Amino acid sequence: MKYMLLIYNNPDNIEAMSEEEREAAMRGVDSILAELAASGEMIGGVALAHPSTAKTVRVVDGVPETTDGPYVGAKEMLAGYLTIEADSLDRAVEIASRWPDARHGAMEVRAVMHPGGMEM
Amino acid sequence: MTIRTDIEDLLRRLTPQVLGALVRRHGQFEACEDAVQEALLDAAVQWPADGVPERPAGWLTTVASRRLADHVRSESARRRREAVVAALETPLEPVVPGPEDHDHTPDRDDTLLLLFLCCHPALSPSSQIALTLRAVGGLTTAQIAAAYLVPEATMSRRILRAKQRIKATAIPFQMPPPDKRDDRLRVVLHVLYLIFNEGYTASSGPELQRAELAHEAIRLTRAVHRLLPDDNEVAGLLALMLLTDARRPARTAPDGALIPFADQDRGLWDPVSLKEGVELITSTLARGPLGPYQLQAAIAAVHTEAPRLEETDWPQILALYELLSRVSANPIVALNHAVAIAMAHGPQAGLAMLRALDSDGRLADHHRLEAVRAHLLEMAGEPGPARDSYLLAAHRTTSLPERRYLEGRAAAIRKMRAPAGADENRDAAT
Repeated sequence: MKYMLLIYNNPDNIEAMSEEEREAAMRGVDSILAELAASGEMIGGVALAHPSTAKTVRVVDGVPETTDGPYVGAKEMLAGYLTIEADSLDRAVEIASRWPDARHGAMEVRAVMHPGGMEM
Repeated sequence: MTIRTDIEDLLRRLTPQVLGALVRRHGQFEACEDAVQEALLDAAVQWPADGVPERPAGWLTTVASRRLADHVRSESARRRREAVVAALETPLEPVVPGPEDHDHTPDRDDTLLLLFLCCHPALSPSSQIALTLRAVGGLTTAQIAAAYLVPEATMSRRILRAKQRIKATAIPFQMPPPDKRDDRLRVVLHVLYLIFNEGYTASSGPELQRAELAHEAIRLTRAVHRLLPDDNEVAGLLALMLLTDARRPARTAPDGALIPFADQDRGLWDPVSLKEGVELITSTLARGPLGPYQLQAAIAAVHTEAPRLEETDWPQILALYELLSRVSANPIVALNHAVAIAMAHGPQAGLAMLRALDSDGRLADHHRLEAVRAHLLEMAGEPGPARDSYLLAAHRTTSLPERRYLEGRAAAIRKMRAPAGADENRDAAT
């Protein structure tokens, strides 16, 4: 089963982190990525640029309108994602719970749709 | 059939023989498996251009042995183990064998041995599948990755990990002991069944690679059936695959939409596969003892006997499900059993069985439970609750064509009954 782990954090909190905290978080990320690559569970993922660089696009009355900043104006914003293939939802949640952002932001685990279907 | 496909077929057929011969001679399954993959890739490039060699298995064994020697040589350059190289080089055969050199393809077929190795219970199901497709099926890592919709690097790591596990747990290259053989064969059959199911599903994506998985599963099961003709469950699984695969042309609309079993144009079912499947299961059932694959194949065979859904022999199907639920108590079987009960005794009887499954827990959040309930509610003339169940099933599925189908059924009900009335209280209605 494929899952997307969406990483949410508050960029202000990240910037307020000490060098040691930051290093520890990076090491946490590296070790999970190495584990997922070695196990063959890693499918892909990206880190996103700072939300201040985001553009939000809406079509209003047929006209595209672009505003600066991310779509949702909450304190926690999408910072990146990884896609994995896990044997169970429990395993996906376990990986998400170890991701550093789960401690100071939040991780969202979502099943990824697939193109095959069973006969009904 | 193109030359290219002929060569691919030949390579896949020869893979277990060549790998088996190499492992017998040198041990080291993981290094031999790499060497055979490299030889297969060489052949895939050279044979279409230069023609297929006279002794293709000998050619592959020779090239793979060289690759293995190269590999050991580079290892030993680091570790200074020239003795190993010397030992390895001695049995090398010439690329073009002389007339006296009968093809060193062993008469023995190592397919079973390799399947037992690749489907060892120490490996995870995803590793068993990946390794089986590569080491026994002769598929490339890229082909397997494409079929399972993951990057090649991911699949490559999965295969490497499986091979490391085989090495670490020192899994031997030999038949399991007689008292374990049946259990181990069940694992092999389950892996083949999983490969088939992955390819069998309707698909709007890379249809070709996925259909190929079903064909590959049938090919491998056929090989096992040839080696173990007296095993009824092997025959049952092969029959089940053939009868299920026969429905492939009727299962998907040209636009990729899923066509449910009840609405399929039975004229599109493949008569050749149907005939082979029905004959196989008929002769197998006569022998006994029964097992879950045989019973599922028997159910599929009864369906094929009905020219139209309305003519289905539901009492017979129901009797088979009763037998099946005794030998294989799994919740998906129970779900299909409920459908058979509904068709034989009316939707309320089926819905009552679903309520029992609600408390089972294993299927509690499963979209198929809700999809079946929706169908039965629709049959029972309760469109409001049926629509709710279709939507709940649509929310729970992770399959795009299933979601599209389930949302379509829900929308059709809304259209029929617009404006929507008092259909909110499903519990009261069921």
